[in-house]
Amino acid sequence: MAGTSTLPLDQDGSARFLPWLIGLMVFLAALATGAGFAIDMTLIRWDDGLRGTLTVQLPQPAIGGPLSAASVDQALLLLRSTAGVTSAAALDASAEAALLQPWLGDSVEAGQLPLPVLIDVQRAEGVPLDVADLTRRLAAIVPGTTVETHGAWLEQLFRVARLIEIGAALVVTLIGTVAVLTVIFTTRTGLMIHAPIVDLLHVMGAGDTYIARQFQWQAFRLGLRGGIIGLVPAFVAFGALEFAAAQGGSGAADLAPELSLPLLAWLVIGLLPLAMGLVGLVTARVTVLRTLARMP
Amino acid sequence: MLAQTAGIGYAKEQFAPTVAAAARLRLHPSRTGAWARPDREGGTGVVRLENVALRYGRGPEVLQDVNLELEAGAFHFLTGASGAGKSTLLRVLYLAERPTRGRVWMFGQDAAGVARADLPALRRQIGVVFQDFRLLDHLSALDNVALPLRVAGIDEAVIKEHVVDLLRWVGLEDYLDVRPSRLSGGQQQRVAIARAIINRPSLLLADEPTGNVDDLIGLRLLYLFEELNRLGTTIVIATHNAALIERFGYSTILLRDGRVTMRPGTARKL
Repeated sequence: MAGTSTLPLDQDGSARFLPWLIGLMVFLAALATGAGFAIDMTLIRWDDGLRGTLTVQLPQPAIGGPLSAASVDQALLLLRSTAGVTSAAALDASAEAALLQPWLGDSVEAGQLPLPVLIDVQRAEGVPLDVADLTRRLAAIVPGTTVETHGAWLEQLFRVARLIEIGAALVVTLIGTVAVLTVIFTTRTGLMIHAPIVDLLHVMGAGDTYIARQFQWQAFRLGLRGGIIGLVPAFVAFGALEFAAAQGGSGAADLAPELSLPLLAWLVIGLLPLAMGLVGLVTARVTVLRTLARMP
Repeated sequence: MLAQTAGIGYAKEQFAPTVAAAARLRLHPSRTGAWARPDREGGTGVVRLENVALRYGRGPEVLQDVNLELEAGAFHFLTGASGAGKSTLLRVLYLAERPTRGRVWMFGQDAAGVARADLPALRRQIGVVFQDFRLLDHLSALDNVALPLRVAGIDEAVIKEHVVDLLRWVGLEDYLDVRPSRLSGGQQQRVAIARAIINRPSLLLADEPTGNVDDLIGLRLLYLFEELNRLGTTIVIATHNAALIERFGYSTILLRDGRVTMRPGTARKL
């Protein structure tokens, strides 16, 4: 017999229900952690995609037919000659129609709508650009021209995403707290159930740390076991979400959170059972030592 | 063979050579010094109680002004009517209770002054045989007896060797892996005794060890305690059995209404 099984802790009710409870906690923590990483990845993707770009909208004139190609060329010439702009390209009608397709569907012919001409502008990194002056000069060519820097809405989007990330972190923290409280409760219950044996061990000269070791390794085993129980459905859920996202089509996928988690995320999620085991170990040890210190 | 018939292996007639056998037995000495140590204030005895009183909560004092000194190698009976405080006094002696007032000196150390971290070392010098044995039924006989060594952190190979030796000594070599609930009362008692002495305690306390067994086994048990006493262990046996006390004739600690009176030993009537 190893020196760690003097107390029959395996026969306690907690040995049966605790792994399932911890399994549920780890499942939720894994989802929250995965969501946090997914949001983070999406933010990085949005940032990479939109930072350093401008979108110029040349509106169709209210009267007098569609915007002339000469005006568009003039605007493009102005943009390409502006310091800090590396490229400028107008989107053709089919590209614009593709952008609108998710919102308008196939029933509306985009070409029949008075859509503005969109120009995608790439900025040079580190070179300042006076957007207000550029807007004024473009408006002189095509009245009503606007220049969208994406900053404002991207900022809002980032704020919302950060809130979701904080929410995910809070959920993980809350789950950790509940796990600690559960281990404290079950450890105290175990101490009460096994009080006669604990008393006997003391009489035989067992130190508090010897008794604490029994509880701490039991809590570690249960935490680890529960963690693995929770991790399996979490991985299945991630796989299912990724599969569903892949089936969803390309339209919304550009805005949807990144569901292909990075290696770091898999590593963090994979370590959740070990973390749960260690939380159980430390919590049980501290609980036992503090409880026994009050005994004669 | 009598031992087999009675289910025990230490009948007196078989027990004559056990002093030598026990001396050869490599019982593990307590890590803090096996036998009584000379001390300063606490006297030269194994135990010294000075004006010890104990009450539970706001209840009356179960022990009152107990003054007691147990010399190394002494053999005492502890007796008194039910409720007189025998078990409580034993709990004080094996450091499971702290007195409400008074001082307890164990092996020359003031127990009240001993840091909690040092209490286990002090307790390992005390062996206790409980009236109800308090064997752990989820452990085998071997593991039950090994417990005091395991809690002391002794190497497993050493533990196994010593425990097997001791269980052989008490006639239970064929029951090493048997759980207590599958042993007879007498066999359980021997496991409990083996567990109490495996650490070679300086002080052995036994609470009504003959209470659950018939007279013959009770008698044989006393012979076993005598053998241990000859090896140097101070023995205190709490018992109601007046016949046994008279028969063995050792001095008696008489508890009455929580107070202690010492009665000197008498002539043996064996």
